[in-house]
Amino acid sequence: MTVDHRQHHLDALRSSISVGLYPIQFLIDLPSTAGDWLQESFSSRRTLQEENARMHAQHLLLQARLQKFEALEAENLRLRELLDSSFKASDRVLIAELMSVDLDPYRHEVLLNKGKAHKVYVGQPLLDAFGVMGQIVEATPYTATAMLITDPAHAIPVQVNRNGLRSIVVGTGKLQELSLPYIPNSADIQAGDLLVTSGLGGRFPPGYPVAEVVAVTVDPGHAFAQITARPLSHLDRSREVLLVWPPAPRRPAIEPVDAGELDGPGEPGATDTGDAAPTDAAPTDASTDATAETVTDTPAASATPATPAPVETPPSAVEQEE
Amino acid sequence: MSALAQRHGGGIIFLSLIVALLLTIVPLPEDLRLLRPDWVLLVLIYWAMALPHRVGVGIGWIMGLINDVLTGMLLGQHALAYCLVIFLTLKLHQRLRLYPLWQQAQSVLVLLALGQLLLLWINGMIGRPIHSWLYWAPSVLGALLWPVLFVLLRGLRRAFRVV
Repeated sequence: MTVDHRQHHLDALRSSISVGLYPIQFLIDLPSTAGDWLQESFSSRRTLQEENARMHAQHLLLQARLQKFEALEAENLRLRELLDSSFKASDRVLIAELMSVDLDPYRHEVLLNKGKAHKVYVGQPLLDAFGVMGQIVEATPYTATAMLITDPAHAIPVQVNRNGLRSIVVGTGKLQELSLPYIPNSADIQAGDLLVTSGLGGRFPPGYPVAEVVAVTVDPGHAFAQITARPLSHLDRSREVLLVWPPAPRRPAIEPVDAGELDGPGEPGATDTGDAAPTDAAPTDASTDATAETVTDTPAASATPATPAPVETPPSAVEQEE
Repeated sequence: MSALAQRHGGGIIFLSLIVALLLTIVPLPEDLRLLRPDWVLLVLIYWAMALPHRVGVGIGWIMGLINDVLTGMLLGQHALAYCLVIFLTLKLHQRLRLYPLWQQAQSVLVLLALGQLLLLWINGMIGRPIHSWLYWAPSVLGALLWPVLFVLLRGLRRAFRVV
């Protein structure tokens, strides 16, 4: 047990047991999958037509919004290029489904139907259509366990969207409540503020919505304000979730050189290296494989500022659920 | 008891354990999840009591490992708890068999609670303490269900002549 807790020598054993157990999990998941399938195949033409029309309208709406977004993205890229800082490339995503299987009731964990065979890795961020859901804590060949952001053992670095104030959101064990324990009483934060991932820590890609601040209680007797937030993702309702491969951390534009070759202390590469170093060190062995691959299939990584980076994920990169 | 008869009906034991594993992860409403009894341990206790020469600490350990993987817990946590409980059941099996059903259920309550205590202790050590009194509900429910389970499994054992 100690070996499992402290080190990772038993991961192989756990993986092989879990492959043997996959039929059991599949069997339990079967009724709900079969239900979905039945519902799909027996839904009437009319319902499908209605749904199609609705999707069409929504698609149009999103497309319109996307156009604006593309222009903004291009402008953003140009500005960032001027500042010579790293920019956001589009992320590779994979749609996974939750398996209707119960795990330990005292943990907020879910089982996904994608595993190492689909290049899922430990530490990978998990999103749904509304925000960040959690991260993968265990990947076996055909399934993966994800910890939700509301688990008491989970914390995620965020910033307030309004003013960029950075903090950490910690799970409480309640499905509709998160807490921000490390914000001083004097900080500028108020109910209704949107919290987005800050990208610090190198695990979650920056800029995804996480939660909305519900209540801020300032008690002069405490060193920190008591702040609760509500997760934006539908933690107990989403069945389809997105697994994201964040773009590989950008290598410094100028390779670090020996001290003797340095022209001067004002070298822009010097500061760049300092920024990139911690993010380089963050991913685990498994993630470097996955992210290294991401470089090849994200055209945005080499896009010039004149051509806007594709905002939506490249069609080839999105693997659809069969 | 011939050597041939000694290995009769292993399939039934195996099947009952598989069903117990299925019941362990079958999705339940949020409120009932906390009350789910430890089916695997209940079935193991029955077989260890009825057929101590067939089901022992080794099978308990394997089922515990499987349960750990299935529920995503620390590897070996359930295995340790099951080993202890099955060992005690083996020690007490002759006494347990003679008890009337309600008294058996009481003993089972103690055994289940002991297993849960061990799990609670390990969870506390790895930094996942559980503070709710509801944590003990599965043991109580398991003991309440024991007479039903006992009659059911005894029926199975007699019908298929598992010895």
